[in-house]
Amino acid sequence: MSRIDQALTEFREMDELADLDSPVHRFPASVKLLLTVLYIMTVLSFDKYNLSGLFLMILFPLFFFQLSGIPVSKCFYKLRYVLPLVMAVGILNPLFDRTPLLQLGSLTVSGGWISMLTLMMKGVFSLMASFLLVASSGISAICAALRRMHVPSVIVTLLLLTYRYITLMGEEVSVMTNAYHLRAPEQKGIEYSAWGSFLGQLLLRSMDRADDIYQAMLLRGYDGRFHYVEEKRAGWKQWLTGLLIAALIVLCRYYNVTELLGRLFVR
Amino acid sequence: MIEMKHVSFRYDAGKEILHDISFAVAKGESVGLIGANGAGKSTIMKLLSGILSGEGETLICGTPVSRDNLPEVRRKLGYVLQDSDDQMFMPTVYEDMIFAPRNYGLSKEETEKKVDAVLEQLDLTELKHSRNHKISGGEKRMAAIATILTMEPEVILMDEPTASLDPYNRRLVINTIRALPQTKLITSHDLDMILDTCSRVILIDGGTIIADGRAEEILADKELLEAHRMELPLSLTRRQQ
Repeated sequence: MSRIDQALTEFREMDELADLDSPVHRFPASVKLLLTVLYIMTVLSFDKYNLSGLFLMILFPLFFFQLSGIPVSKCFYKLRYVLPLVMAVGILNPLFDRTPLLQLGSLTVSGGWISMLTLMMKGVFSLMASFLLVASSGISAICAALRRMHVPSVIVTLLLLTYRYITLMGEEVSVMTNAYHLRAPEQKGIEYSAWGSFLGQLLLRSMDRADDIYQAMLLRGYDGRFHYVEEKRAGWKQWLTGLLIAALIVLCRYYNVTELLGRLFVR
Repeated sequence: MIEMKHVSFRYDAGKEILHDISFAVAKGESVGLIGANGAGKSTIMKLLSGILSGEGETLICGTPVSRDNLPEVRRKLGYVLQDSDDQMFMPTVYEDMIFAPRNYGLSKEETEKKVDAVLEQLDLTELKHSRNHKISGGEKRMAAIATILTMEPEVILMDEPTASLDPYNRRLVINTIRALPQTKLITSHDLDMILDTCSRVILIDGGTIIADGRAEEILADKELLEAHRMELPLSLTRRQQ
């Protein structure tokens, strides 16, 4: 299988993950969406030196990954190209921030190292939460939830169609690269000299297919508004559960639970 | 139900693709539109569905196909595209099936009833919540027909409905087409399928109508077909041998 085909399969696998059945999957997408936004905002709001407080926040995605039946490893595997970028965000911090912050025996840990770690953790935790939301809800349910929250239709439609057209473009790339390699078996990739025409053809083919799909939509009454599959409305029990989780997230933000737990054992 | 009166079409200032096309299809009639590649079949389908507009008059159920009337025309018209992947643009069969009814303002309950009825009619109930990329080519073609039927169209246009299907799925699609009571206009190179599903055939070549008559007569006319880069259907070839 070519790398493009593999990427497409992995992309589609996200939809398949959303078809699993678990308490997390059954939870209304709108509540999950709100909780994810709250979680990410909370994680991002932690002080750059608050490593112990932030560390506890990993429990939320870990718990819900476990509950959903989606392996955490799947998340890291699928995000393998993004994670290094996220990790690289604070890589220069140790050079600029040399304030001693922690003494581990003879080793002095500067603020730069701590802030680098917190930045990395913030990025990774946010990605984990976002991944879990998409993998346990599916794009259609998320779009429906966004519409229910009165996010403008244009933005939501754009999101849905972008998601759809990514696979479409991927399919075109796959067809073209396969056709190329069948006639250039000795080459490992696509020769630089062919890049221009390859990209040009890809653009034309993608536009052509996008137009065909748009016509198919028009033929079935599309007037600019998407009618999403209506998810089950969240009942009071689900809202209450959501509120409890939200309260826990906020609690972890304002009380350093790891520190409190530590004090139980160390005086 | 379908009418074209002196329709001509050309892309901008280019060569004329269709020249003075006139024909009418009566209610409940099933007509095959045949011709070699580049004869103008797809252009006729696009003109009928309002994707293209040309000179002359095109009517669907008495409504002229024009920019102002497109929503009304398209409500009465179901178009099964040649490439089912273009037709099935939502993530699941179910989402694709509710697309048209919801766009036409049907309630959730009405839509649900319609979807279930169509799925049962085509024996596709098991596919309801399937992911579009997971189903086979044959299933996708059947699902594409199902997405059209939820609109309850009065007229169905089909562009190569049996293209790239295996014999089993081809037969399934043919039987489904035969069972549909709507007015149908079908373009195809699969002349055996046309013979099986259509009572009348229109042969076009070079953008003009060459012959219009009973399917058994036109499709058995070897000379006529060969003169226009076509061959006798396989079933008739065997009979003539």
